[in-house]
Amino acid sequence: MSVGTDLRRANSRVGRASHPGANFAKHAYPLWFYLPAGIIFLTLFIVPTVLSFYFAFTRWTLFDSWFIGFDNFVQFFREPSLIGSLTHTLVYGVLTSGLKVVLGMLLAVALTGPVIARGYLRSVTFFPVLLSSVGVGITFKVLLDPYHGVVNGVWSAVFGGDGPGWLTDPKLALYSVIGIDVWKGLGLATLIYIAGIMAIPAEYFEAARVDGAGFWKIFRTIILPLSFPATSTVIVLSLIGGLRSFDLIWTTTSGGPGWASDVIASVIYKQYQAGFYGLSTAGNVVLFIVVTAIVYPLSRWLNKREAEL
Amino acid sequence: MSLYKTGRRVLVVGCLAGTLALTACSGGGSGNATSSGTTGGSAAAQTITYLVDNSENAVNQTQALIAAFHTAHPEITVQMETRAQGTDGDNIVKTKLATGEMEDVFAYNSGSLFTALDPAKNLVDLTGEAYMANLTDSFKTAVTTGGKVYGVPSGTSDGGGILYNKKIYEQLGLKVPKTWDEFMANCQKIKDAGIAPVIQTYGDTWTSQLFVLADFYNISQQDAKWAENYTANKAKYADEPALTSFKRLQAVYDAGYLNKDFASATNSQGLQQLVDGTGAHYPMLTWVVGTYVALNPDAANYIGFFAQPGDDAAKNGLTAWVSGGVYIPTTTTGDKLAAAKTFLGWLATPAACEASAAALAPTGPYNVKGCSVPADSPQAVLDLQQYFTDGNVGVALEFLSPLKGPNLEKITVEVGSGMTPAAAGAAAYDEDVKKQAQQLALPGW
Repeated sequence: MSVGTDLRRANSRVGRASHPGANFAKHAYPLWFYLPAGIIFLTLFIVPTVLSFYFAFTRWTLFDSWFIGFDNFVQFFREPSLIGSLTHTLVYGVLTSGLKVVLGMLLAVALTGPVIARGYLRSVTFFPVLLSSVGVGITFKVLLDPYHGVVNGVWSAVFGGDGPGWLTDPKLALYSVIGIDVWKGLGLATLIYIAGIMAIPAEYFEAARVDGAGFWKIFRTIILPLSFPATSTVIVLSLIGGLRSFDLIWTTTSGGPGWASDVIASVIYKQYQAGFYGLSTAGNVVLFIVVTAIVYPLSRWLNKREAEL
Repeated sequence: MSLYKTGRRVLVVGCLAGTLALTACSGGGSGNATSSGTTGGSAAAQTITYLVDNSENAVNQTQALIAAFHTAHPEITVQMETRAQGTDGDNIVKTKLATGEMEDVFAYNSGSLFTALDPAKNLVDLTGEAYMANLTDSFKTAVTTGGKVYGVPSGTSDGGGILYNKKIYEQLGLKVPKTWDEFMANCQKIKDAGIAPVIQTYGDTWTSQLFVLADFYNISQQDAKWAENYTANKAKYADEPALTSFKRLQAVYDAGYLNKDFASATNSQGLQQLVDGTGAHYPMLTWVVGTYVALNPDAANYIGFFAQPGDDAAKNGLTAWVSGGVYIPTTTTGDKLAAAKTFLGWLATPAACEASAAALAPTGPYNVKGCSVPADSPQAVLDLQQYFTDGNVGVALEFLSPLKGPNLEKITVEVGSGMTPAAAGAAAYDEDVKKQAQQLALPGW
């Protein structure tokens, strides 16, 4: 055990020392080559980020700002809509991410198997990813209109009576948007999974088949564990996307009815719209912390598991 | 709403490009002015820019005004620029003022939104201008802060109340209600006749606020100092008499008086239902009159208007929305400032009312003395005018107090669709207003 860890440490030390970035002094290009990119990064990213941390502690009218300590954060957490929006954000992030993993995996297995028109079906699955979220949002708002929309038109024809208010019923609105998000983002998850499954050496499948393994056995013991890198990529990407999701929610429900489908990002935007610039900046700092606090440990854990495989 | 967003992106890019072009223009423009100033000394040709919102009404009206002004003052050319409407427009205006990129003259709301622009810092004081005498006092109050007047009217005042279908009223033998109880009784009869008594359109969330906002005349009749106390953190919506406004919003929902698609319908769908007679009442502002007349020209005759009734028939009266203003930012200086002041002075004359009436039928009384509403105006406008003639008018809360919470329309959607009871909604709104008060650094909050 101890020998093993020692060896590993020694290895990593060697690896680090030989890393090209470690002794840049001897590097072929002088340091000031970094300057143009550095200046752009500094003025467009670092300065605004640092400034936003300052403005989060002020009441800011754009014309004037004055320091008010932690008041914005206190206010933000007292917002009646905020606790709801935090829950909605988590539900949204976890559900979209989970559904994309499950459905993406299933679709990918189907689309790597021997099916007719496989290339065509793959493109069809990927197609929604290419659309702009705003366009998708507006389109679905029209489709899901409770009385004039196509979806409820079909509903009435099949089941009779009025269909549900997909985007106007406070109990349904958030889940409808989650459904739209999954429809739109599933293609990317499927693509990543297809790549992951294709990367599994064909010998494993052949050996398993020779040993008499059925589809289910192959799926559970080969595809599932060996496509884990794909799973972790899909989880991290879609969770980050879900936690800071805004455009789809804004174009379909604007967080409504009332606050029934508000997420942190839409609450922040509303503060900005209302002219509460300090408060909205504070909200962004909160969002930044929440996303980092969830995604950083998760991605560390996933990487570790990947390495263990 | 969704369209706003894409629209805004395009517009922001457009604005950026526009401002670049503008600075170029203004550089060239002032150069011309000084050169002709040194040679001649007579009135130099001058171009000023004028920012208005991009609604069809505003654009048509502005083009007519600019043309008429150019005829009266050929030496000055006014060039129209447009911006987004709604809260996105608010932010564009604030950003332009904060960065010194504002056009030479701009149109914007009066009342609470105007106060949020920090007029003392950003706008040119017009108190001493001779034409101030031509303007009505109710308008001047709505563009005054700290004892100084900053604007001239950009259109007509409007009424907030209830548009109703007169055909349905005639059919069922109903009378225009003077009290809330009469209104609810009428609604019941309309419901019994199989027609939706009240149209609500929460697909456009702003429309949900009308029952609360248009009830303000009734509040002020019970407590004349209410607006003042409200600004001073002493009167609350969660207490009577103001709580009644939220209760009324809830009452129409509880009684099942709403059109069945109230949760998703938009403003134009609501007007269509009113015109078609599938709905009888629509709580609205009169500035939509032009929109429903466009849907059906006959509607001008059979859609009427009455003020939102209160408890006492003897104190029945109208809540009015004061017209927006036209302002000059402090960044306009020198010859351009003189030209801008000439333009504003002309806007405060009856000639400007006539030019604007030709492009856009007035939806309420003008705020310039000597202007009047034509006798062949749509019925709803004449009904509205009657309240002004009788003097039973008070302005809406947002013109008496700088406080208007940004979340009111979400709260009224919740109360108006039974998700939250009236008392809880009113209390939530009081919390919302507190943020606004702190942002404005009002004393007592």
